[in-house]
Amino acid sequence: MAVCVAVIAKENYPLYIRSVPTENELKFHYMVHTSLDVVDEKISAMGKALVDQRELYLGLLYPTEDYKVYGYVTNSRVKFVMVVDSSNTALRDNEIRSMFRKLHSSYTDVMCNPFYNPGDCIQSRAFDSMVTSMMIQVC
Amino acid sequence: MRARSAGRSLGAGGRRMADAVLFEFLHTEMVAELWAHDPDPGPGVHREQRHTRVPTATCSASASCPPGCGALCVRKGQNMSLSVLEGMGFRVGQALGERNPAWLPPSSSPWAPQAWPGDPPASAWPKCLPLPPRLSRETLAYREELDILKFLCKDLWMAVFQKQMDSLRTNHQGTYVLQDNSFPLLIRMASGLQYLEEAPKFLAFTCGLLRGTLCTLGVKSLVTASVAALPACKFQVVIQKS
Repeated sequence: MAVCVAVIAKENYPLYIRSVPTENELKFHYMVHTSLDVVDEKISAMGKALVDQRELYLGLLYPTEDYKVYGYVTNSRVKFVMVVDSSNTALRDNEIRSMFRKLHSSYTDVMCNPFYNPGDCIQSRAFDSMVTSMMIQVC
Repeated sequence: MRARSAGRSLGAGGRRMADAVLFEFLHTEMVAELWAHDPDPGPGVHREQRHTRVPTATCSASASCPPGCGALCVRKGQNMSLSVLEGMGFRVGQALGERNPAWLPPSSSPWAPQAWPGDPPASAWPKCLPLPPRLSRETLAYREELDILKFLCKDLWMAVFQKQMDSLRTNHQGTYVLQDNSFPLLIRMASGLQYLEEAPKFLAFTCGLLRGTLCTLGVKSLVTASVAALPACKFQVVIQKS
């Protein structure tokens, strides 16, 4: 279960960012912002290595004492960043991958929506409800 | 079990045929609707009528336009409708570029959807085509521009037109020529030189499609098309270096 989910465009501005309502949501925004550096590093590092093996799922980007940040990048250089609670040790890699896959699938649906202009913020309710289903239920 | 898979593949095959025909029909209607009316209405037509038949931004339906304006307005209208068509293709191409390649996990992994052999996956492609095996992995496959162009020629063309592009040539300096010897949107029209003047407007949407897909994959380009003899056509892609 994620604490914060963000979709970042190719030009590194957020298309969608949503976090669990707490007293200090800004720290999640900051974490997502700093994780973009790590994402860029991973993409360019992979560019030199065996390209065929480059995966879309980037894995754990960096851990902090309370949270872990995971990343995923699509072929169109749109990045998904997910922040999960460190104390939730039951969350396995498989589950994170499947959450990213759901995100990617919903993002593709948003792109195919004729009412959505590529580059705008995502306002689709269907996307919202999919993200709600993977976030921690607070209150 | 066998009956279920047979039923599924029959359904998929039926959907595939209907999709191609529906798309061709929709495309023909779009071109017919957006194309400006006959540029030369003839000497008997009043100048006002000539103007009202052409929707353009600059010239409104009024008799105060100068005498030579009629033809220019029509040409502007035709150019605008071509760019509207191209713009539609661009938007569709952007969406298609996002859907491709499909990112299904390798079939050996535990969370892969259980698919029957030969059964096309329903979620990834607009027309339920079987995935080429290379694409069914979660990989970033594009090393360089040539890979992207090859993807356009093989996988995008297969997804949209159920066939691959016939040839791809390049000068290795950012210009690519994609040649299709029997382009599905032209094949029903003629096979030779008849209707050669009408053919280019049927390529505008596809030019936009190519440009949109390239844009999603991170390549700015300019796509033009030319027809020498129906149904063969060439798409020229010039990569814009920013």
